Amino acid sequence: MSLAFILFFIFALIAVAGAVLLIVAREPIHSALALILVMMSLAALYLMLGAEFIAAVQIIVYAGAIMVLFVFVIMLLNAGVEERTNWSKIATYAGIPLGVLLLLELAHWMAHSAMGATLASGAGAPNEMASTQALSQLLFQTYLFPFEATSILILIAILGALVLAKRDE
Amino acid sequence: MEFVTQHPILVVSLVKIVILLFLTLTTLAYLTWFERKVVAHIQSRWGPYYVGAHGLLQPLADGLKFLFKEDLTPPGADQLVYILAPFLALSLALTTLALIPFGPSTITILGQPTQLIIANVNIGLMFVFAITSIGVYGVALAGWSSNSKYPLLGGLRSSAQMVSYEVALTLSVVGVVLLAGTLNFDAMIADQSGYYLHFIPRWHIFPQIIGFMCYFTSAIAETNRVPFDLPEAETELVAGFHTEYSSFKFAMFFMAEYANMLTVSCLATILFLGGWLSPFPDRWTFLHYLPGVGLIGLALYLAYDAAILARGIARIQLIVITLGAFVLGALCFYPPVMVVIQGPFWFLLKVGFILFVYVWMRGTLPRFRYDQLMSFGWKLLLPVSLANLVGTALWIVWPLLVKHG
Repeated sequence: MSLAFILFFIFALIAVAGAVLLIVAREPIHSALALILVMMSLAALYLMLGAEFIAAVQIIVYAGAIMVLFVFVIMLLNAGVEERTNWSKIATYAGIPLGVLLLLELAHWMAHSAMGATLASGAGAPNEMASTQALSQLLFQTYLFPFEATSILILIAILGALVLAKRDE
Repeated sequence: MEFVTQHPILVVSLVKIVILLFLTLTTLAYLTWFERKVVAHIQSRWGPYYVGAHGLLQPLADGLKFLFKEDLTPPGADQLVYILAPFLALSLALTTLALIPFGPSTITILGQPTQLIIANVNIGLMFVFAITSIGVYGVALAGWSSNSKYPLLGGLRSSAQMVSYEVALTLSVVGVVLLAGTLNFDAMIADQSGYYLHFIPRWHIFPQIIGFMCYFTSAIAETNRVPFDLPEAETELVAGFHTEYSSFKFAMFFMAEYANMLTVSCLATILFLGGWLSPFPDRWTFLHYLPGVGLIGLALYLAYDAAILARGIARIQLIVITLGAFVLGALCFYPPVMVVIQGPFWFLLKVGFILFVYVWMRGTLPRFRYDQLMSFGWKLLLPVSLANLVGTALWIVWPLLVKHG
């Protein structure tokens, strides 16, 4: 077993465990922390794929900025413990078997189809660390227009939020 | 065993981590002594004096005191998060140190080529920012989980402050990244080698003086230090987010604060002050004796102290420290050691100077008001660092524009 293989399993397991915890936890802050855990282990997986810039950005933007806002809002609103409604019967009797079925189906597809085989052999994955320079050239030269359009869209969204928040005055 | 021999990097990294952790934790303990001593002298006091010679055993005594205090958990606190918060704060603060290069990457120790850095990451700067951006959680969660008014207010205040100054901090550094054209610390330091007019080092602080000032100001705010120590404003908030913490958990927050100071100072040294590069030209080879001469000078001063001033146990301690400094100083004249020690010597000297400025400010400046703090960060620091960034970008692009018309 290679080191990368072991590390992949550790981080994948942490990600799945965090995702389950996110749903199961009753305290909103605990859910937020579990989500941060998921994002961090995803960043580690990106890193193992050779996308180190994406990994760092994933942590800075999602774990470091967006989730901080989430935690802030939860702290400020002092949101109480979630109340459990009656557990839906359909979810128990249909959801879990269907979920397991989907998982098995995916595993079967991975193991037996041609595309699954190429994926498993590592084809298509970059062999070395994708350099930050190459990424920035893509963003600021090849895809400059979509990039700028996205930033203007985000700016409009921010202005919209401002207008909505200020309406009461 | 086979697994380990296949991956020697695991063993080497582990050894480096243990050494660095030991040195860092000792340094953190003595930073408290340093700070108390310097502030005391600024205010015409003596500072720690009674525990050991010059109060040198004070950090040890403080550590023991923290260990033996009762570890209280307030009723209604969220147990898990309450315990998690100090661990998060300290471990994240220490993790960043793994990315700091303390010396050149082309050094041989015991015949083995070794890098004086634990993880030489391609985008070291981004990773440091990634780790410090999560550092907010330690503070925010500590404030929330204590289930008490003042910690909650303090936690909210300090996380708001850290989040707002992080923007200015990151932007102020981008100018340097543009000049160096890399995010790797080693390459950044290499970019700063050489001299203007044969004697002024090509450090980024000279072209990026505005960036440096923005960086330093927001770094002080980011680490919640005077004059931006609003989260710990004792007249308003008791002790801010760590009001309810006692015993070793409090000590962990304390250490995390100092570790953050250390990280920010290391970063300032790497980005603006040429990292481990010597400020003097390489042709002055006699400067290689400087670490040894400095240590032996220190030993001589301490010997004088032991002979004239100190009495009793303090005298014995001073003699021991003198001998230690003397042996270390003599070791620095041994050629293989002398070569290895050059980089770390200059690096630590610069970091030490920045830490001194930190403490100096604490002894000098009064605290900001909260609204002043926020308007200063958003309305002054942020636009100035943005302007600096645009200016630097134009400075780099201008020759290209002229050439291509």
